[in-house]
Amino acid sequence: MASRKALQPNRVNGDKYSVLLPTYNERENLPLIVWLLVKYFGENGYHYEIIVIDDRSPDGTLEVAEQLQKIYGEDKILLRPREKKLGLGTAYIHGMRHATGNFIIIMDADLSHHPKFIPQFIKKQKEGDYDLVSGTRYQGDGGVYGWDLRRKLISRGANFLTQVLLRPGASDLTGSFRLYKKKVLESLVERCVSKGYVFQMEMIVRARQLNYTIGEVPISFVDRVYGESKLGGNEIVSFVKGLLTLFATT
Amino acid sequence: LFVAETSIMTKLLQWLLGVSLLGAIWAVVAFDLLELSLTRTYREVAWPMPLYLLVSFGCYSLATVGYRVATFNDCDEAARELQEQIKEAKDDLKKKGLRM
Repeated sequence: MASRKALQPNRVNGDKYSVLLPTYNERENLPLIVWLLVKYFGENGYHYEIIVIDDRSPDGTLEVAEQLQKIYGEDKILLRPREKKLGLGTAYIHGMRHATGNFIIIMDADLSHHPKFIPQFIKKQKEGDYDLVSGTRYQGDGGVYGWDLRRKLISRGANFLTQVLLRPGASDLTGSFRLYKKKVLESLVERCVSKGYVFQMEMIVRARQLNYTIGEVPISFVDRVYGESKLGGNEIVSFVKGLLTLFATT
Repeated sequence: LFVAETSIMTKLLQWLLGVSLLGAIWAVVAFDLLELSLTRTYREVAWPMPLYLLVSFGCYSLATVGYRVATFNDCDEAARELQEQIKEAKDDLKKKGLRM
Protein backbone atom coordinates (compact mmCIF):
# COMPACT_ATOMS: atom_id res chain seq x y z
CA MET A 1 0.00 0.00 0.00
CA ALA A 2 2.75 2.44 0.89
CA SER A 3 4.64 1.82 -2.37
CA ARG A 4 1.44 2.32 -4.39
CA LYS A 5 0.97 5.79 -2.91
CA ALA A 6 4.53 6.71 -3.78
CA LEU A 7 3.92 5.84 -7.45
CA GLN A 8 0.77 7.95 -7.69
CA PRO A 9 1.45 11.10 -5.70
CA ASN A 10 -1.40 13.00 -7.35
CA ARG A 11 -4.05 10.53 -6.28
CA VAL A 12 -3.17 11.21 -2.65
CA ASN A 13 -4.04 14.86 -3.11
CA GLY A 14 -7.24 14.16 -5.01
CA ASP A 15 -8.46 14.50 -8.57
CA LYS A 16 -6.36 15.27 -11.58
CA TYR A 17 -7.69 16.62 -14.87
CA SER A 18 -6.09 15.73 -18.20
CA VAL A 19 -7.02 18.04 -21.06
CA LEU A 20 -6.82 16.46 -24.51
CA LEU A 21 -6.06 18.99 -27.25
CA PRO A 22 -6.01 17.52 -30.75
CA THR A 23 -4.39 20.15 -32.96
CA TYR A 24 -3.98 20.73 -36.66
CA ASN A 25 -2.56 24.07 -37.75
CA GLU A 26 -3.19 25.81 -34.45
CA ARG A 27 0.11 27.63 -34.22
CA GLU A 28 -1.59 30.92 -33.35
CA ASN A 29 -4.21 29.58 -30.97
CA LEU A 30 -2.30 26.93 -29.04
CA PRO A 31 -0.32 29.33 -26.82
CA LEU A 32 -3.50 31.25 -26.06
CA ILE A 33 -5.57 28.25 -25.11
CA VAL A 34 -2.74 26.90 -22.97
CA TRP A 35 -2.38 30.26 -21.24
CA LEU A 36 -6.11 30.30 -20.48
CA LEU A 37 -6.06 26.72 -19.22
CA VAL A 38 -3.12 27.45 -16.94
CA LYS A 39 -4.91 30.56 -15.67
CA TYR A 40 -8.20 28.89 -14.77
CA PHE A 41 -6.73 25.67 -13.42
CA GLY A 42 -4.18 27.62 -11.43
CA GLU A 43 -6.71 30.08 -9.98
CA ASN A 44 -8.76 27.17 -8.64
CA GLY A 45 -5.87 25.05 -7.45
CA TYR A 46 -6.71 21.98 -9.52
CA HIS A 47 -4.17 19.35 -10.52
CA TYR A 48 -3.96 19.18 -14.28
CA GLU A 49 -2.00 18.34 -17.38
CA ILE A 50 -2.47 19.41 -20.98
CA ILE A 51 -1.88 16.78 -23.65
CA VAL A 52 -1.25 18.18 -27.13
CA ILE A 53 -1.95 15.69 -29.91
CA ASP A 54 -0.60 17.27 -33.07
CA ASP A 55 -1.17 15.59 -36.43
CA ARG A 56 2.04 16.79 -38.12
CA SER A 57 0.76 20.34 -38.65
CA PRO A 58 2.68 21.98 -41.48
CA ASP A 59 2.51 25.40 -39.78
CA GLY A 60 4.82 24.45 -36.92
CA THR A 61 2.24 23.91 -34.17
CA LEU A 62 4.46 21.25 -32.60
CA GLU A 63 7.37 23.65 -32.38
CA VAL A 64 5.21 26.17 -30.53
CA ALA A 65 4.03 23.36 -28.25
CA GLU A 66 7.65 22.57 -27.41
CA GLN A 67 8.25 26.21 -26.45
CA LEU A 68 5.20 26.08 -24.20
CA GLN A 69 6.59 22.95 -22.62
CA LYS A 70 9.74 24.85 -21.70
CA ILE A 71 7.72 27.69 -20.23
CA TYR A 72 5.21 25.68 -18.21
CA GLY A 73 7.04 22.44 -17.56
CA GLU A 74 6.96 18.94 -18.98
CA ASP A 75 4.69 17.75 -16.19
CA LYS A 76 2.03 20.24 -17.26
CA ILE A 77 2.38 20.14 -21.06
CA LEU A 78 2.64 16.70 -22.62
CA LEU A 79 3.28 16.18 -26.31
CA ARG A 80 1.81 13.18 -28.11
CA PRO A 81 2.29 13.97 -31.81
CA ARG A 82 1.14 11.72 -34.63
CA GLU A 83 2.48 11.01 -38.08
CA LYS A 84 -0.43 12.37 -40.10
CA LYS A 85 -3.94 13.74 -39.88
CA LEU A 86 -6.04 10.97 -38.38
CA GLY A 87 -9.44 10.80 -36.73
CA LEU A 88 -10.63 12.33 -33.50
CA GLY A 89 -11.47 9.03 -31.84
CA THR A 90 -7.96 7.72 -32.33
CA ALA A 91 -6.58 11.06 -31.12
CA TYR A 92 -8.43 10.59 -27.84
CA ILE A 93 -7.21 7.02 -27.49
CA HIS A 94 -3.66 8.08 -28.28
CA GLY A 95 -3.81 11.00 -25.86
CA MET A 96 -5.35 9.00 -23.04
CA ARG A 97 -2.72 6.29 -23.21
CA HIS A 98 -0.30 8.27 -21.05
CA ALA A 99 -2.76 10.51 -19.26
CA THR A 100 -2.32 10.45 -15.51
CA GLY A 101 -5.56 12.19 -14.65
CA ASN A 102 -8.66 10.41 -13.44
CA PHE A 103 -10.77 12.90 -15.40
CA ILE A 104 -10.40 13.79 -19.05
CA ILE A 105 -11.50 17.07 -20.61
CA ILE A 106 -11.96 17.26 -24.35
CA MET A 107 -12.27 20.57 -26.13
CA ASP A 108 -11.40 22.42 -29.32
CA ALA A 109 -8.05 24.15 -29.52
CA ASP A 110 -9.27 27.05 -31.65
CA LEU A 111 -10.58 29.16 -28.77
CA SER A 112 -14.23 28.45 -29.55
CA HIS A 113 -14.33 26.70 -26.17
CA HIS A 114 -13.30 28.84 -23.23
CA PRO A 115 -11.44 27.27 -20.29
CA LYS A 116 -13.36 29.49 -17.89
CA PHE A 117 -16.13 26.88 -18.01
CA ILE A 118 -13.89 24.08 -16.78
CA PRO A 119 -14.28 24.96 -13.08
CA GLN A 120 -18.04 24.90 -13.69
CA PHE A 121 -17.77 21.47 -15.33
CA ILE A 122 -15.79 20.22 -12.35
CA LYS A 123 -18.27 21.60 -9.86
CA LYS A 124 -21.18 20.10 -11.80
CA GLN A 125 -19.47 16.75 -11.94
CA LYS A 126 -18.99 16.73 -8.18
CA GLU A 127 -22.61 17.75 -7.59
CA GLY A 128 -24.02 14.54 -8.97
CA ASP A 129 -20.92 12.39 -9.42
CA TYR A 130 -21.73 12.47 -13.12
CA ASP A 131 -19.94 10.10 -15.45
CA LEU A 132 -19.76 12.87 -17.99
CA VAL A 133 -20.51 16.58 -18.12
CA SER A 134 -21.39 18.13 -21.46
CA GLY A 135 -21.21 21.79 -22.39
CA THR A 136 -24.43 22.92 -24.04
CA ARG A 137 -25.00 25.90 -26.33
CA TYR A 138 -28.74 25.38 -26.35
CA GLN A 139 -29.78 25.75 -22.72
CA GLY A 140 -29.61 28.24 -19.89
CA ASP A 141 -27.34 31.12 -20.81
CA GLY A 142 -25.43 29.00 -23.28
CA GLY A 143 -25.11 30.45 -26.74
CA VAL A 144 -22.99 31.24 -29.76
CA TYR A 145 -21.09 34.23 -31.12
CA GLY A 146 -20.48 34.75 -34.82
CA TRP A 147 -23.29 32.75 -36.39
CA ASP A 148 -25.71 34.20 -38.92
CA LEU A 149 -29.36 33.22 -39.23
CA ARG A 150 -28.65 30.42 -41.71
CA ARG A 151 -26.13 28.78 -39.43
CA LYS A 152 -28.41 29.06 -36.40
CA LEU A 153 -31.29 27.58 -38.38
CA ILE A 154 -29.22 24.61 -39.50
CA SER A 155 -27.93 24.07 -35.99
CA ARG A 156 -31.33 24.17 -34.30
CA GLY A 157 -32.97 22.20 -37.08
CA ALA A 158 -30.37 19.45 -36.93
CA ASN A 159 -30.58 19.34 -33.14
CA PHE A 160 -34.37 19.11 -33.27
CA LEU A 161 -34.20 16.21 -35.72
CA THR A 162 -31.66 14.50 -33.48
CA GLN A 163 -33.85 14.95 -30.40
CA VAL A 164 -36.89 13.50 -32.18
CA LEU A 165 -35.07 10.50 -33.62
CA LEU A 166 -32.67 9.64 -30.82
CA ARG A 167 -34.28 11.09 -27.66
CA PRO A 168 -30.79 11.28 -26.19
CA GLY A 169 -31.41 12.97 -22.85
CA ALA A 170 -28.88 15.73 -23.55
CA SER A 171 -29.58 19.06 -25.20
CA ASP A 172 -26.38 19.51 -27.22
CA LEU A 173 -25.25 16.37 -28.99
CA THR A 174 -22.72 17.71 -31.44
CA GLY A 175 -20.84 19.78 -28.89
CA SER A 176 -17.27 18.70 -28.15
CA PHE A 177 -16.55 20.49 -24.90
CA ARG A 178 -16.91 17.78 -22.27
CA LEU A 179 -15.56 16.34 -19.06
CA TYR A 180 -15.44 12.56 -18.69
CA LYS A 181 -14.35 10.17 -16.00
CA LYS A 182 -11.33 8.53 -17.56
CA LYS A 183 -12.68 4.99 -17.49
CA VAL A 184 -15.96 6.19 -18.98
CA LEU A 185 -14.21 7.86 -21.92
CA GLU A 186 -12.09 4.78 -22.47
CA SER A 187 -15.10 2.49 -22.63
CA LEU A 188 -17.00 4.84 -24.94
CA VAL A 189 -14.25 5.59 -27.44
CA GLU A 190 -13.63 1.95 -28.20
CA ARG A 191 -17.34 1.48 -28.97
CA CYS A 192 -17.79 4.47 -31.28
CA VAL A 193 -17.25 4.16 -35.00
CA SER A 194 -18.59 7.41 -36.51
CA LYS A 195 -16.66 10.39 -37.81
CA GLY A 196 -16.88 14.14 -37.32
CA TYR A 197 -19.97 15.63 -35.68
CA VAL A 198 -21.62 12.24 -35.53
CA PHE A 199 -18.78 10.85 -33.42
CA GLN A 200 -19.63 13.26 -30.60
CA MET A 201 -23.30 12.34 -30.95
CA GLU A 202 -22.52 8.65 -30.83
CA MET A 203 -20.55 9.13 -27.62
CA ILE A 204 -23.60 10.54 -25.86
CA VAL A 205 -25.96 7.93 -27.27
CA ARG A 206 -23.68 5.07 -26.22
CA ALA A 207 -23.24 6.68 -22.81
CA ARG A 208 -26.98 6.52 -22.35
CA GLN A 209 -27.05 2.91 -23.51
CA LEU A 210 -24.50 2.03 -20.88
CA ASN A 211 -26.52 3.95 -18.28
CA TYR A 212 -23.85 6.55 -17.63
CA THR A 213 -25.10 9.74 -15.99
CA ILE A 214 -24.83 12.99 -17.92
CA GLY A 215 -24.72 16.50 -16.47
CA GLU A 216 -24.93 19.70 -18.51
CA VAL A 217 -23.36 23.13 -18.19
CA PRO A 218 -24.33 26.07 -20.44
CA ILE A 219 -21.35 27.35 -22.41
CA SER A 220 -20.69 30.14 -24.87
CA PHE A 221 -19.20 29.08 -28.19
CA VAL A 222 -17.21 31.82 -29.90
CA ASP A 223 -16.89 30.92 -33.56
CA ARG A 224 -14.07 32.89 -35.18
CA VAL A 225 -13.74 30.41 -38.03
CA TYR A 226 -17.29 30.36 -39.41
CA GLY A 227 -16.71 33.19 -41.86
CA GLU A 228 -13.95 31.21 -43.59
CA SER A 229 -15.45 27.74 -43.39
CA LYS A 230 -19.12 27.84 -44.23
CA LEU A 231 -21.20 24.80 -43.33
CA GLY A 232 -21.68 23.24 -46.75
CA GLY A 233 -24.01 20.72 -48.33
CA ASN A 234 -21.47 17.92 -47.96
CA GLU A 235 -21.31 18.25 -44.20
CA ILE A 236 -25.08 18.38 -43.91
CA VAL A 237 -25.45 15.23 -46.01
CA SER A 238 -22.89 13.32 -43.98
CA PHE A 239 -24.53 14.50 -40.77
CA VAL A 240 -27.92 13.18 -41.89
CA LYS A 241 -26.34 9.90 -42.99
CA GLY A 242 -24.65 9.55 -39.63
CA LEU A 243 -27.82 10.42 -37.74
CA LEU A 244 -29.84 7.83 -39.64
CA THR A 245 -27.13 5.24 -39.00
CA LEU A 246 -27.31 5.92 -35.28
CA PHE A 247 -31.09 5.80 -35.48
CA ALA A 248 -30.99 2.36 -37.06
CA THR A 249 -28.22 0.85 -34.98
CA THR A 250 -28.62 2.11 -31.43
CA LEU B 1 -42.11 -1.71 -20.92
CA PHE B 2 -40.71 -0.69 -24.29
CA VAL B 3 -38.81 2.29 -22.89
CA ALA B 4 -37.00 0.14 -20.34
CA GLU B 5 -35.63 -2.12 -23.06
CA THR B 6 -33.87 0.65 -25.00
CA SER B 7 -30.55 -1.09 -24.81
CA ILE B 8 -31.84 -4.02 -26.84
CA MET B 9 -34.30 -2.36 -29.16
CA THR B 10 -32.95 0.24 -31.56
CA LYS B 11 -34.73 3.58 -31.98
CA LEU B 12 -35.76 2.47 -35.46
CA LEU B 13 -37.43 -0.64 -34.11
CA GLN B 14 -39.14 1.37 -31.38
CA TRP B 15 -40.56 3.69 -34.03
CA LEU B 16 -41.66 0.82 -36.26
CA LEU B 17 -43.35 -0.83 -33.31
CA GLY B 18 -45.10 2.36 -32.26
CA VAL B 19 -46.20 3.20 -35.79
CA SER B 20 -47.43 -0.35 -36.41
CA LEU B 21 -49.43 -0.32 -33.21
CA LEU B 22 -51.04 3.02 -33.93
CA GLY B 23 -51.51 2.02 -37.56
CA ALA B 24 -53.30 -1.16 -36.54
CA ILE B 25 -55.65 0.67 -34.18
CA TRP B 26 -56.35 3.28 -36.87
CA ALA B 27 -57.06 0.66 -39.53
CA VAL B 28 -59.37 -1.30 -37.23
CA VAL B 29 -61.42 1.79 -36.36
CA ALA B 30 -61.34 3.58 -39.73
CA PHE B 31 -62.14 0.55 -41.83
CA ASP B 32 -64.15 -1.34 -39.25
CA LEU B 33 -61.94 -4.40 -39.77
CA LEU B 34 -63.18 -6.26 -36.73
CA GLU B 35 -66.79 -5.36 -37.41
CA LEU B 36 -67.09 -3.68 -34.04
CA SER B 37 -70.21 -1.84 -35.23
CA LEU B 38 -68.87 1.52 -34.03
CA THR B 39 -70.94 4.58 -34.76
CA ARG B 40 -70.15 6.57 -37.90
CA THR B 41 -68.59 9.36 -35.83
CA TYR B 42 -65.71 7.12 -34.72
CA ARG B 43 -64.93 6.17 -38.28
CA GLU B 44 -65.23 9.72 -39.60
CA VAL B 45 -62.91 11.07 -36.92
CA ALA B 46 -60.39 8.24 -37.19
CA TRP B 47 -60.04 8.24 -40.97
CA PRO B 48 -58.16 11.56 -41.41
CA MET B 49 -56.19 11.17 -38.13
CA PRO B 50 -52.86 10.18 -39.67
CA LEU B 51 -52.89 13.27 -41.87
CA TYR B 52 -53.97 15.50 -39.00
CA LEU B 53 -51.18 14.16 -36.79
CA LEU B 54 -48.60 14.59 -39.52
CA VAL B 55 -49.62 18.17 -40.18
CA SER B 56 -49.77 18.95 -36.44
CA PHE B 57 -46.30 17.54 -35.96
CA GLY B 58 -45.08 19.59 -38.90
CA CYS B 59 -46.49 22.78 -37.37
CA TYR B 60 -45.06 21.91 -33.96
CA SER B 61 -41.64 21.33 -35.50
CA LEU B 62 -41.64 24.63 -37.37
CA ALA B 63 -42.84 26.53 -34.31
CA THR B 64 -40.29 24.89 -32.01
CA VAL B 65 -37.31 25.34 -34.31
CA GLY B 66 -38.41 28.90 -35.11
CA TYR B 67 -38.69 29.76 -31.43
CA ARG B 68 -35.30 28.22 -30.67
CA VAL B 69 -33.60 30.10 -33.50
CA ALA B 70 -35.19 33.36 -32.38
CA THR B 71 -34.06 32.88 -28.79
CA PHE B 72 -30.59 31.56 -29.61
CA ASN B 73 -28.27 33.53 -27.31
CA ASP B 74 -25.68 35.75 -28.97
CA CYS B 75 -22.61 35.81 -26.79
CA ASP B 76 -21.24 39.26 -27.58
CA GLU B 77 -19.87 39.66 -24.08
CA ALA B 78 -17.97 36.39 -24.33
CA ALA B 79 -16.39 37.43 -27.62
CA ARG B 80 -15.29 40.76 -26.13
CA GLU B 81 -13.85 39.10 -23.07
CA LEU B 82 -11.95 36.65 -25.26
CA GLN B 83 -10.40 39.47 -27.29
CA GLU B 84 -9.17 41.18 -24.13
CA GLN B 85 -7.77 37.97 -22.74
CA ILE B 86 -5.99 37.23 -26.01
CA LYS B 87 -4.13 40.54 -25.69
CA GLU B 88 -3.29 39.82 -22.08
CA ALA B 89 -2.10 36.31 -22.97
CA LYS B 90 0.10 37.49 -25.83
CA ASP B 91 1.84 40.08 -23.64
CA ASP B 92 2.36 37.62 -20.80
CA LEU B 93 3.67 34.89 -23.10
CA LYS B 94 6.10 37.27 -24.75
CA LYS B 95 7.45 38.15 -21.31
CA LYS B 96 7.83 34.46 -20.55
CA GLY B 97 9.90 34.01 -23.66
CA LEU B 98 7.53 32.70 -26.30
CA ARG B 99 8.59 33.52 -29.85
CA MET B 100 5.62 33.59 -32.23
